[in-house]
Amino acid sequence: MMSSSSDELLRTGVEPAIEVQNLRVIRGKRVALEDISVQIARGTITGLLGPSGCGKTTLMRSIVGTQIIAEGTVTVLGHPAGSAELRHRVGYVTQDPTIYNDLRIIDNARYFAALYGTDSQAADEAVSAVGLDDHRTALCSNLSGGQRTRVSLACALVARPDLLVLDEPTVGLDPVLRVDLWDQFHQIARRGTTLLVSSHVMDEADHCGDLLLMREGHLLAHTTPTKLREDTGCQSLEEAFLSVIRHSTAAAAG
Amino acid sequence: MILVVPSLIITLMYFMFQNAPHRPGAPTPFNNACLIMLGVFPLIVMFLITSITMQRERVSGTLERILTTPLRRLDLLAAYGTAFSIAAAAQATLACLVSYVFLGLDTAGSPILVFTIAIINAVLGVGLGLLCSAFARTEFQAVQFMPVVIAPQLLLCGIIVPRDVLPEWLQLISNVLPASYALEALQQVGAYSEPTAIAVRDIAVVIGFAVVALCLAAATLRRRTP
Repeated sequence: MMSSSSDELLRTGVEPAIEVQNLRVIRGKRVALEDISVQIARGTITGLLGPSGCGKTTLMRSIVGTQIIAEGTVTVLGHPAGSAELRHRVGYVTQDPTIYNDLRIIDNARYFAALYGTDSQAADEAVSAVGLDDHRTALCSNLSGGQRTRVSLACALVARPDLLVLDEPTVGLDPVLRVDLWDQFHQIARRGTTLLVSSHVMDEADHCGDLLLMREGHLLAHTTPTKLREDTGCQSLEEAFLSVIRHSTAAAAG
Repeated sequence: MILVVPSLIITLMYFMFQNAPHRPGAPTPFNNACLIMLGVFPLIVMFLITSITMQRERVSGTLERILTTPLRRLDLLAAYGTAFSIAAAAQATLACLVSYVFLGLDTAGSPILVFTIAIINAVLGVGLGLLCSAFARTEFQAVQFMPVVIAPQLLLCGIIVPRDVLPEWLQLISNVLPASYALEALQQVGAYSEPTAIAVRDIAVVIGFAVVALCLAAATLRRRTP
């Protein structure tokens, strides 16, 4: 199951979902992102991959508009990131599930539906979409880690967003649940939503149409799983990523 | 618990003062103390509840997430303000009922005015709590803000030592603390049947403090963070 890559879509002249130009972000005294420029086409699933601490979350926060940026521009769906028109069109699921543990699943979804200005039907649909229909009246504090991740996802889906930014949604989940979630991501993408999904596990890359490889605040490559294999001659994406890193380090040294 | 505890403590005070001597004709010591408690409780309880709730929102990441939604910051504050003020209103209603009906609290002024001051104190507590939550990193720190913010106000507001016998520099500090005005307003209501000019001014001052605290709290809610 492969969605089309952004190269094809961007060539057709459709306005990209996300356009980042020369983005530079400083967190504390450290440069978290350095000169990042990238375009992400609408309707794609883009994987944002790299070791932990490489700036994935910072890039995502810049796109959502919660990050103070030092230089550069981030344009999302034709508007500057974080502008008021975008707040009901962009869904953001943080790495740790940000839900209210003392509320029931359905109440969490309804609360966020109210915040986004959608109705309780959207809340019901979102809870069904993440496969928690059987638990809808369960208290979130009693849920397992994977279920809480899915509630957090449902709270973003209630907005019926055009862009969904997911920060490591599958970390620490068992393989069955991971496959489940990826199926849901593909369903969401088929409905026309653009997805940006981060992960530090390379074997998830095969689920994505596009790949952004990051390391130490730099964007190493914008590619597709197939192209990455061709370019590096490696079968496993893990190896391929390591090979890209070796090349970039060698290039920097030379 | 939030509903009945103030009433229970006021009842406890009633029995504390039961055998306390007092000059005939003067208001009973319980009367004074009860009036103070009706004003102080909403302030303390709402401060604690709001600062801890808001601190949890900030730390758990739900606040950042809420701020990515179309919600306006003032809406968020207003929602918190109303939710907690309703709780405070229920609490104050119960405490006033118990005090006036069962414990024989007697004020020259209208009980409704006492109730109103209690609610305004609650809103002040909400504002101060929201503001302080920005400076606390953990819930533990949030709790510690209570002695820092509330205790000096109670010490200097004239409950323990009347304000006019305080040293001058303490009077100056007392003059810029909202609780001093809240208490003075309550004492005015206790002593005079009609709302006095001082009481009205004091109520306005407390409302002003509450509004300033809420606005400062709004300034600490940032959509973009470093």
